[in-house]
Amino acid sequence: MISFHIRVSELDFDAQEEVTRLSVLGTGGVNTFVGVVRDSNDESDVKCLRLEHYPGMTEKQIEEILSEASSRFDILAATVIHRVGDLYPGDQIVFVGVASAHRGEAFDAAEFLIDYLKTKATFWKKEFTPEGPRWLTTRKTDVDTAEDWNR
Amino acid sequence: MSQLKVKFFASLREQLGSDSVELAWTDGQSIQVLIDLLKEQLGEAANILDQSEILVAVNQTMVDRDHHINAQDEIAFLPPVTGG
Repeated sequence: MISFHIRVSELDFDAQEEVTRLSVLGTGGVNTFVGVVRDSNDESDVKCLRLEHYPGMTEKQIEEILSEASSRFDILAATVIHRVGDLYPGDQIVFVGVASAHRGEAFDAAEFLIDYLKTKATFWKKEFTPEGPRWLTTRKTDVDTAEDWNR
Repeated sequence: MSQLKVKFFASLREQLGSDSVELAWTDGQSIQVLIDLLKEQLGEAANILDQSEILVAVNQTMVDRDHHINAQDEIAFLPPVTGG
């Protein structure tokens, strides 16, 4: 029985607490990824990053992405935390953690999860820069990276 | 004829100036018909809904433009996603 944990909220997270939660019986390793708000993007300073989602649908999509990960990789537990609302440079934005018996599956599953999260879950980012606000557009490199999992 | 509620998210909400609209709807018509009606109701700004990169969700699941919908369905138009 794989244990999934999903949270989409304005609240910050404690990566160490999440690692403890992920360390279920049989775990040999936990691999984690923490995304952080950068202070610049596309040659502009970023003062604030506003994250929006589609309540209900986004959580459902993350559940589907986690199910997909568990069918591709031999994992024991996985956590996805994604923050929404106004975030600032240095703030944590996303946590992906995977526990498995051996490291290879944990590394692969965590990478798969963040690649899919970036291109398949309904989140939208708006940057506030000195030149004004702007909505981010999907990066082709991110889409290609996610598609690589199906080659 | 019943009322259909349509939601818009993120940049689409700003471009269309509203987070949702309601319109009279005959059940069983396609998303494409809905887009045509929205263009009548919202004017030129709604032309953006023709762009293939704009996603459509019905009851929180992505669908194609030929998907048929009923008034009680939850419809949302979504710009390309940028999470993570």
